Amino acid sequence: MSTEIKHYLSLNEVVIGYDSEPVLSGISFSLQRGEIGCLLGPSGCGKTSLLRAIGGFEHLSGGRITLNNEVISQRQYTLAPEQRQIGMVFQDYALFPHLTVIENVKFGLHGLSQPESDTRSLYLLEQIGLMDKKAVMPHELSGGEQQRVALARALAPQPKLLLLDEPFSNLDVELRESLGEQVRALLKQTQTTAIMVTHDQHEAFAMADSIGVLNGGALLQWDSAYAIYHQPINAFVADFVGQGVMLNGEMVSTTEVQTTLGCFERKSIAATIDNIQPGDPVKVLIRPDDIIHQDSSELTAKVVARHFRGAEFLYHLELDNHERVLALVPSHHDHAINEKIGIRLEIDHVVVFK
Amino acid sequence: MVYFKRFSIWQLFLLLMSLPTTLALVGVLTAWLDIDLLVLGHLFEFVIPNAVLNTLGLVLCVAIVTSLIAVISAWLTTVCDFPGRAFFSWALILPMAIPGYVMAFALVGALEYTGSFQTYLRESISSSLILPDVYSFGGVVLALSLTLYPYTYLLVRNAFQTQGKQSLEVGQSLGLSVRQSFWRVSLPQARPWIVGGSLLVMMETLADFGTVAVFNYDTLTTTIYKSWFSLFSFQSALQIASLLLLFVIVVSLLERQSRHKQRFTNARNTVQARSRILLPSLQAYLACAFCGVIFFIGFLLPIGQLLLWAIPHLSSGLTDQFLRYMLGSFSLSLLAMTIITALALLLAFAARTQNSYLANWSVKISTLGYALPGTVLAVGLLAPIAAIDHYLARLGFAAPILQGSIVVMLLAYSVRFMAVAFSPIENNLLRVTPSIDAASRSLSVSGLSMLWRVHFPMIRVGVLTAMVLVFVDVMKELPITLMTRPFGFNTLAVRIYELSSEGLWQRAALPALAIVLVGLIPVVILILRADKVQQ
Repeated sequence: MSTEIKHYLSLNEVVIGYDSEPVLSGISFSLQRGEIGCLLGPSGCGKTSLLRAIGGFEHLSGGRITLNNEVISQRQYTLAPEQRQIGMVFQDYALFPHLTVIENVKFGLHGLSQPESDTRSLYLLEQIGLMDKKAVMPHELSGGEQQRVALARALAPQPKLLLLDEPFSNLDVELRESLGEQVRALLKQTQTTAIMVTHDQHEAFAMADSIGVLNGGALLQWDSAYAIYHQPINAFVADFVGQGVMLNGEMVSTTEVQTTLGCFERKSIAATIDNIQPGDPVKVLIRPDDIIHQDSSELTAKVVARHFRGAEFLYHLELDNHERVLALVPSHHDHAINEKIGIRLEIDHVVVFK
Repeated sequence: MVYFKRFSIWQLFLLLMSLPTTLALVGVLTAWLDIDLLVLGHLFEFVIPNAVLNTLGLVLCVAIVTSLIAVISAWLTTVCDFPGRAFFSWALILPMAIPGYVMAFALVGALEYTGSFQTYLRESISSSLILPDVYSFGGVVLALSLTLYPYTYLLVRNAFQTQGKQSLEVGQSLGLSVRQSFWRVSLPQARPWIVGGSLLVMMETLADFGTVAVFNYDTLTTTIYKSWFSLFSFQSALQIASLLLLFVIVVSLLERQSRHKQRFTNARNTVQARSRILLPSLQAYLACAFCGVIFFIGFLLPIGQLLLWAIPHLSSGLTDQFLRYMLGSFSLSLLAMTIITALALLLAFAARTQNSYLANWSVKISTLGYALPGTVLAVGLLAPIAAIDHYLARLGFAAPILQGSIVVMLLAYSVRFMAVAFSPIENNLLRVTPSIDAASRSLSVSGLSMLWRVHFPMIRVGVLTAMVLVFVDVMKELPITLMTRPFGFNTLAVRIYELSSEGLWQRAALPALAIVLVGLIPVVILILRADKVQQ
């Protein structure tokens, strides 16, 4: 209990859906005040349901959600969304079409005098750089502008928590990155605690302090972006976040694994393989950035496919035992398909799965 | 805690909303609680067989005639091209504005032997020219069909517009002639709409009271009225009403079922102007003549006849009395419009925000009343109201309190017209995405203040449509008003009924024109909107 109280937002064994057929179950994580969390997962993994549950739009059938030391949801109790002071930014922005930009931003300001709410909404419009559009109707704005207005509207009443549901999915890729940075800066500046839902790992990496990977109704891992990428807890997380392949390997001792690329020492976490024995067959995660191209290397692999990405090539390489790996190589190393190229390994975190 | 408290208020509202319809239905069923065998024997021997046969015969004939008119004219105006097509395409909807009880006496007035039109024919063409007697079964069918065929016409026109030409082309590509394609492809494809339209027409025919009354043609509705107001047997009125209810249930279940089959295969591929079939001259004349005849007897003739009667007596017709009826009609319609639209708005909002079994059922039950004939509703509601009055009297109130008050009338209207107000509002509300509600609630605006600040501005058009439709429907409504109005309370519709049933058609013409004028408002809106969709 004592650790839980220190957290600003915490979810404790949350279950959503019917007991017999839960949409989500056993969800636990927490955020400190001012932190940005991100729920990452494929569509249908339940991440939006979880976000809606935190917002109060979905009931819990088990577990507990506390915000700022107050229980806001538990079995048979859901504090109404309108009483939570939790702001929300929606995928479709959900701006009120009959109100101007500034009227939208002012909408949630209650109990303020006219000058006070003017000051507050103008301040936010300035923050999002839309001062000159304050009297414009939402449909006259571009997608990115609508997005920012939605953010300003949600931030205006200084919510205890901000929820963002796939906020950038309707924008084109370039806008996504620049807006992501702006949003993060604004959230940090206003010290807003926030949770974002996305299926795009790049968005998650750009925005979040902590990332939770969800799949099949369970929270697989809750960690920093770095840990999620380099120390994935299981094969799904490894596969979903970043690219990579699994090589077959065999444990030669409890800490060493032998693969066709050589022998590695296992330092990583992966609690699921604690009871591993020497001689056990395992899978070893190899990321494209683990493999370095080096012409002088004795170890070679055959190019079977290549994807030009501007600054670099992503090569699909076939090893002598027909296993395949990926390699990111600077693009001036232009090799043809079927050519054999030298490779070298540079692995900081050897991740092993059963 | 607050969460549960608010929930129960809406629950109560939803329960209350389904109460009037339930009361009316239960009221009809109480007919069989107290059976007087003598009266019942009389009913079954002398009254019911005749009324049932008359009703069924009428329903069947009107359904056939309206389908024929609707299918032919819809085919001509959407898929073919001939002089006047564009005009007839919308003008053929106009007869909808004329209530059956007005159509009836206007047509009789024009077409009977001494009537204006037949006299004109005799004088200008041939003195031996005699039209078939309009004061007959054929006349009833004609009058009802002319006011009701636009229902089917609108549906079938829509079907042909979206798939008529395409299905023709499919047929032609498989080696069928235009005529063969019509019979073998287009018509079968449009069948769900034709059937749907005909079932709507059947429901309206079952409910009709005013038209058949003009012709003294006894159906179940007029029998209900007569048993109560002439024979003073409320119980037998209820019993006949329960019989009528049985027919209505069958037809409305069929109608509901047929609606599921009305799916557009390709809504985008509408008939383009250039792809219409240009009819050769003889056929074009025939097409024009067909549409012209329908438009003439369905709209020009009755309107002309009304004007012919009204204009000479205009100064004497515009009396204080007439203005009083106008005022009665307008204030009643305004009152009913306000109440019913407000309730429909709350119902739609409650259904949206509650989204529970109770909400779904409440919507289903409270919008059921549109299928109930006014006569059935009037007697059905009166039974429980009388019981309540009886109870209040025992508590020491001066009875009757509710009976004969405007409350009963408004209750009956709200049962009958809730669906009319509900569907445009619901349609508009469905276009508001759920995230709008969530956004509002996350900004601490919920409940009625959300309805007022967020939804209402977004669905104003739907609310306005609901208001117009209810206003006009209440103004045209006859049997409910006639049977539940407070003593001495008169509306234009009741006045028309009284005057026309005494044969005082000239005097009924002016109030009838006023009603038609009001009735034109929603029809014109419908036409304008249909045009917009077409473009």
